[in-house]
Amino acid sequence: MAKKNSNKLDFDTGWHYDPAPESPELAKLNDSYDLFIDGKFVKPASGKYFDTTSPSSHKTLAKVAEADKRDVDKAVTAARKAYEGTWSRLRPSERGKYLFRIARVIQERSRELAVTESLDGGKPIRESRDIDLPLVAAHFFYHAGWADKLSYAFPGRKVSPLGVAGQIIPWNFPLLMAAWKIAPALAAGNTVVIKPAETTPLTSLKLAEIFQEVDLPPGVVNILTGAGSTGESIVRHPDVDKIAFTGSTEVGKLIRKTLAGTDKRLTLELGGKAANIVFEDAALDQAVEGIVNGIFFNQGHVCCAGSRLLVQESISKKLVRKLKDRMETLIVGDPLDKNTDIGAINSKEQLKKIQGYLKVGQREGAEIFQTSCPLPKRGNWCPPTLFLNASQSHRISQEEIFGPVLAIQTFRTVDEAIEKANNTPFGLSGGVWTDKGAKAFHVSERIKAGVVWINTFNKFDPASPFGGYKESGFGREGGRHGLEAYLNISEMGGTR
Amino acid sequence: MSSNSPDRRLSVAKTYKLYIGGKFPRTESGRTFEARSHSGDLLANLCRASRKDLREAVVVARKAFPGWAKRSGYNRGQILYRIAEIMEGRIDQLVNEISSQGVAQKKALKEVETSIERFVYYAGWADKYAQIHGSVNPVSTSHFNFSVPEPMGIVGIISPNEPSLLGLATLLAPALAGGNVVISLVSETRPLAPATFAEILHSSDVPAGVVNILTGFRKELLSDFSTHMDVNAILAADLSLKERKLTEENSALNLKRVVHLPAKAISATDNPGISPILSLQETKTTWHPVGT
Repeated sequence: MAKKNSNKLDFDTGWHYDPAPESPELAKLNDSYDLFIDGKFVKPASGKYFDTTSPSSHKTLAKVAEADKRDVDKAVTAARKAYEGTWSRLRPSERGKYLFRIARVIQERSRELAVTESLDGGKPIRESRDIDLPLVAAHFFYHAGWADKLSYAFPGRKVSPLGVAGQIIPWNFPLLMAAWKIAPALAAGNTVVIKPAETTPLTSLKLAEIFQEVDLPPGVVNILTGAGSTGESIVRHPDVDKIAFTGSTEVGKLIRKTLAGTDKRLTLELGGKAANIVFEDAALDQAVEGIVNGIFFNQGHVCCAGSRLLVQESISKKLVRKLKDRMETLIVGDPLDKNTDIGAINSKEQLKKIQGYLKVGQREGAEIFQTSCPLPKRGNWCPPTLFLNASQSHRISQEEIFGPVLAIQTFRTVDEAIEKANNTPFGLSGGVWTDKGAKAFHVSERIKAGVVWINTFNKFDPASPFGGYKESGFGREGGRHGLEAYLNISEMGGTR
Repeated sequence: MSSNSPDRRLSVAKTYKLYIGGKFPRTESGRTFEARSHSGDLLANLCRASRKDLREAVVVARKAFPGWAKRSGYNRGQILYRIAEIMEGRIDQLVNEISSQGVAQKKALKEVETSIERFVYYAGWADKYAQIHGSVNPVSTSHFNFSVPEPMGIVGIISPNEPSLLGLATLLAPALAGGNVVISLVSETRPLAPATFAEILHSSDVPAGVVNILTGFRKELLSDFSTHMDVNAILAADLSLKERKLTEENSALNLKRVVHLPAKAISATDNPGISPILSLQETKTTWHPVGT
């Protein structure tokens, strides 16, 4: 037995990784944060504040204002005034220059923002530093250039901004989601009222400081912290022209219902249950890296995570062995430590939900495997987890767990793989691993999902449209296609 | 010639039926409703389609979808053009059916002609919209990254009551050009020409199940269309606010897309452009590494 595993990956026998933490002081946090309305930080109408805590230490990081209906009203009024008074009158090239400025300051303050993100949200510093922050800056930089080139985006059609956009974003990529929402909205000429998630408000509030720093006209972006009811007030506000929501399918459906019969435009970026399909002719070691990146990136708190693995029967034993070996090398722990691969689960509530699924999966008859990595005593942690022999009808194969939990199924034929991949209500993303080009495109064409990664996974870029089919939502973010979500587009006419 | 003259030829009245899966069945429910002329004379009995008819149509449409979506744009364009050709030959019949229900002859002719133009126009789009909408995306990493449109799937078309034929043509042509399959509930007040239009589809090389035509009551069927879990999108143009609200509320069940075109897009002589095609497309983005 030992001989069989003689070439097992072994990164840490014989030495230990010394801790290599970033200092939490780099976050430069205030004790308390107000709402950002009309270019100023203002106290909430209710006078209420809530704590935001670190999921890795459970320490309180700061007090944050809770916006209610009155604050939403104030913010929307400010956004409307800014839209009509300044932002829509500004030369488009000047609008673009504000976005360029924002991108630059984000680059300058990137270390502070990365540390804040990891403290507040629990993601490993390596990811916030090397993935989130560069993408945030890139997103503003990319969209800056669109501001004065919108007439090139939709040939034969006229474009105009929508007005005031209400935006609600999740806790998995707090600052990156803010950038995904704010940058295209502003480039297209809209003004914004945005609500970051309750558990991860801090980087959005730092973004507010940046907006002040670059002299963004007051009211162009208003940032309201709070929970679900704050979001609901934004959705229901009569003077909001567009709602953009990223979050759960459950809440997305509620928003769809709430907006029925109104003229508010809507885009939804919701849940997923992506399958990584590995064929027997794939480069297995690369596939293993892709699977690990697909499900353990950001603790699996990723809507497009590759949370299912479909592996061709002929290679399943070998692949699973390699995968388990690779998983054993993953370090779970302090998000601020540069050696950490998997950080803290974002909240106690989310950890409970994941643990619930671990029980469900075992009860349904799948075989669980978890790595032996020691977990810190304090904080919310979940070791990397596999379920073997999952079946298509298992809840762990159908429902979004949003944690580091992978459900593994096998298949024999190409058609079976496609059938299984598509057999969920979701359609956000998918992965295909094969060395045969024709097969790769045959399968990627048939996967009902908005993003398909062939021989790679979880790649993002501001120029690349992102969004779902089916119950993963509608609308795209990023690229030329993403602009559509923030523009009225009408035909030039005269086509006879 | 008096009506009881022995030389009088008794005309052969047509039985209007549903069009499901390339066949012309009666409604399973056995129910009918009457189409009457402007002066109140009975013109025909039409099938009053039921929820079960709709479900039947969804089953055949789902089977027809992969084949239709896989056809080349060029081929779909040829079939759309064929629809226009067959319509052209049946102008008189369509005009008579429309005008028998109270539309002036001249206006009816214009409606039929514009309907034909719609199919010619969208025939030409079928092999072009993907190139306009698609893109190769300049990402910063070493990947080949491109986006292409893909049809949504089954589109439920709630066709306007008036103009009945032009309303159906304006909504149907862009859906088909884009590779979607369709189940359409046609005009309740002027159903004759849309029901006859099914025969035109039937003789135009449109594969069975790609277009399914139901006659019946909107009040009864709208919620069945919008709650059906295997319908991907609803396309309409003249819904009342109440009807639109109901449709959008129900659409939340499976997040089917709801597209409501402005009424003026239907009757305008100008063709409605690329927007109706793209409103029924998803965008798929594919990444592949570049390296040695």
